Amino acid sequence: MSHEVVLQADVAGVHGTAHHEEHHHKQSFITKYVFSQDHKIIGKQFLITGIIWAILGGFMSVLFRLQLGFPDTTFPWLETVLGKWGKGGHIAQEAYYSLTTIHGTVMVFFVLTGGLSGTFANFLIPLQIGARDMASPLMNMLSYWFFLLASVVLLSSFFLETGPFSGGWTAYPPLSALGQASDGSKQGMDMWLTALVFFVVSQLLGGLNYISTVLNMRTKGMSMTRMPLSVWGVFLQAVLGVLSFPVLFAGFILLIFDRHFGTSFYLSDIFVAGQILPHEGGNAILYQHLFWFLGHPEVYIVILPAMGLVSEVMSTNARKPIFGYSAMVMSMFAIVILAFLVWAHHMFVTGLNPFLGSVFVLLTLLIAVPSAIKVFNWLTTLWRGNIRFTTGMLFAIGFVSLFISGGLTGIYLGNSAIDIHIHDTYFVIAHFHLVMGVAAFFGMFCGVYHWFPKMFGRFMNSTLGNIHFWVTLIGAYLIFWPMHYEGFAGMPRRYYDYSGWESFKQFISLNKFISIVVIITFTGQFLFVFNFFYSIFKGRKVTNKNPWQSNTLEWTTPIKPLHGNWPGEIPEVYRWPYDYGKDGVDFIPQTTPVGEDESVH
Amino acid sequence: MSVAVREQKRSAWGGGYSPFKVEYGKLMMWFFLLSDSFTFGALLISYLTTRFATMGWPDPNKVFKSYPGASEFANAPLVFVSVMTFILIISSVTMVLAVQAGKEMNKKAVIKYTLFTIIGGLLFLSCQAWEWTHLYREGAWWGRNPFPNFDGSLSSPNFTNFFFTITGFHGFHVFSGVIINIVMLIMAFVMYSKKEDII
Repeated sequence: MSHEVVLQADVAGVHGTAHHEEHHHKQSFITKYVFSQDHKIIGKQFLITGIIWAILGGFMSVLFRLQLGFPDTTFPWLETVLGKWGKGGHIAQEAYYSLTTIHGTVMVFFVLTGGLSGTFANFLIPLQIGARDMASPLMNMLSYWFFLLASVVLLSSFFLETGPFSGGWTAYPPLSALGQASDGSKQGMDMWLTALVFFVVSQLLGGLNYISTVLNMRTKGMSMTRMPLSVWGVFLQAVLGVLSFPVLFAGFILLIFDRHFGTSFYLSDIFVAGQILPHEGGNAILYQHLFWFLGHPEVYIVILPAMGLVSEVMSTNARKPIFGYSAMVMSMFAIVILAFLVWAHHMFVTGLNPFLGSVFVLLTLLIAVPSAIKVFNWLTTLWRGNIRFTTGMLFAIGFVSLFISGGLTGIYLGNSAIDIHIHDTYFVIAHFHLVMGVAAFFGMFCGVYHWFPKMFGRFMNSTLGNIHFWVTLIGAYLIFWPMHYEGFAGMPRRYYDYSGWESFKQFISLNKFISIVVIITFTGQFLFVFNFFYSIFKGRKVTNKNPWQSNTLEWTTPIKPLHGNWPGEIPEVYRWPYDYGKDGVDFIPQTTPVGEDESVH
Repeated sequence: MSVAVREQKRSAWGGGYSPFKVEYGKLMMWFFLLSDSFTFGALLISYLTTRFATMGWPDPNKVFKSYPGASEFANAPLVFVSVMTFILIISSVTMVLAVQAGKEMNKKAVIKYTLFTIIGGLLFLSCQAWEWTHLYREGAWWGRNPFPNFDGSLSSPNFTNFFFTITGFHGFHVFSGVIINIVMLIMAFVMYSKKEDII
């Protein structure tokens, strides 16, 4: 048995290419769209679940911004909609903490990890490396269903008597470990932990699949250095996830034992409501180490796929090769390695040894090097390109803008001397929302607008898309820029009401302004949601296999590829994916052999 | 543009080929083991940091000094623990032998060594079950530590907390391995009786 046959056995065995068409007629709605093992359908399932989560997560932020911007105004409809959570037209305190907590959890894990890498790793890896499907389509399907299960569990915690978890998305003990400490730490926390354990399982199933597919199933000629950067992005984020999620998992196991089995891994010398608890000998900081050993790589898990998508879309629409392909790949490698060595910069104020802190400062600042290399490479890719301002391209450029604006403040925060002053203030909120929140969202939008024609065989409306882009970009800056000033003034995050503090009264109108922009920007996102769902059914039809005149393999498949992707043989690859404007030729697909008189890249 | 095809150099990483000459299942297993080692690593590092941050700790020679069928006053420090470690190591040796037999297409030996591995795993789990029961009867459990520190002072419950959590998680790990081995044994039996090739 030759290796080629073994490698492709999973799909080819069941759906041999020759028998492909006839197999499809027998597929029922359930096996085709619900319990599908086709990577393209699974990618779309991740995407739509992610969109629903993003709407819910965004709506949560609108609700808590109402409290922050208008602490003295009553909104009677809140009580109608939220019941006791909106008593008297105000967001209740417990509800406020739950909303910020679940907003963070949902956005970081369920939208930007599950929604972003789940969508594009699944959709793009087999199409761009030339494989019929993932290494294990079954595990891939299970990965989605564990993700959905996690989603359902987390969402159900909203319907508990005591409400969902409310101790911050980082879930630091002792608050997260002691049910008697807060309502949100009762069953809500159990469901939060259950949901995240399912989520870790989903990430492992998915990640192992992405890694082995990329390593093992590339088509002939698709060497690692001929892979599009979008594949590098999701591949390296999978490596990060497989190595860091288990540590979070171990941390959660210890937390579950502390909650229910009388252990004191994280607990020692605690009084709750005047009562002495029996726990002794534990250490709450231990949890923070375990959490941030995942938590920091997590932000790269979020941003690496976005970086890959942006690189690909930017090169295609600048009609120029990506500048410094190998520098891009090496920087991503450097980011993966450094990601594991910087976690304690989240913990400068925990009583960390200042010398150890200085080591983490140095390692943290080192990350600026690969990040800056990437930024300059994007800028030089745009330099003197024949830029086509498609909606995807606008979002790619917006990504770079946001990544720079948010990244620069990372240099401030990485220095423990400054971080000790602005730790846990709105400066941090502004920093990470710009650099990994909104920027990753822009990467996701860029990917959706660009690959929508491949996903659904139709285009999204570009006028609506362009309005959506400007609303989101201007909105993001208007929301998060002012927060830097609030943070410099020392305004702490997570507070329910700032009007009691003399120092923060000056920000009452600024907070009101931010909240109004949040409402406008959130409403603006429905342009995207409408555009997305409307275009699936009524969008302009794609008539050309390669509408963006792109080089990568996914555009050599039929307009609506079936399970197995290519009707005949999988094409062979002869060149890297960025031959744009080479020797006066606008674009040369990867499947075109290198001519005699042509220089190999 | 002329399209005279240039001969592509074929290399391990050049695509259309597994760079490590393994099927995807094995590749996944490698990466899974890597991630599993991070789970255990995190648990063990948690144990170590707590151990070193705590002033006193019980004497293992006094905690693990019994064995099945021993009298109440038996004093065999770490003997039974060593036996368990030995069983575990032997079962990994038989596992390696089973894999090697598979490579040599020796079906009978595959079945034999897989069976030995399963027996070793079950033996280990039984020993652990006895050990846990024994410690439980002595008053040890999550949150309860009857054993004093080296210097005789009262010990924190974190000794038993970490012991039961980490060995419990390890027991689960061994248990899953036994299940997978049983599945493989059945598959090997089916192939043996049908005279099929082992792939």
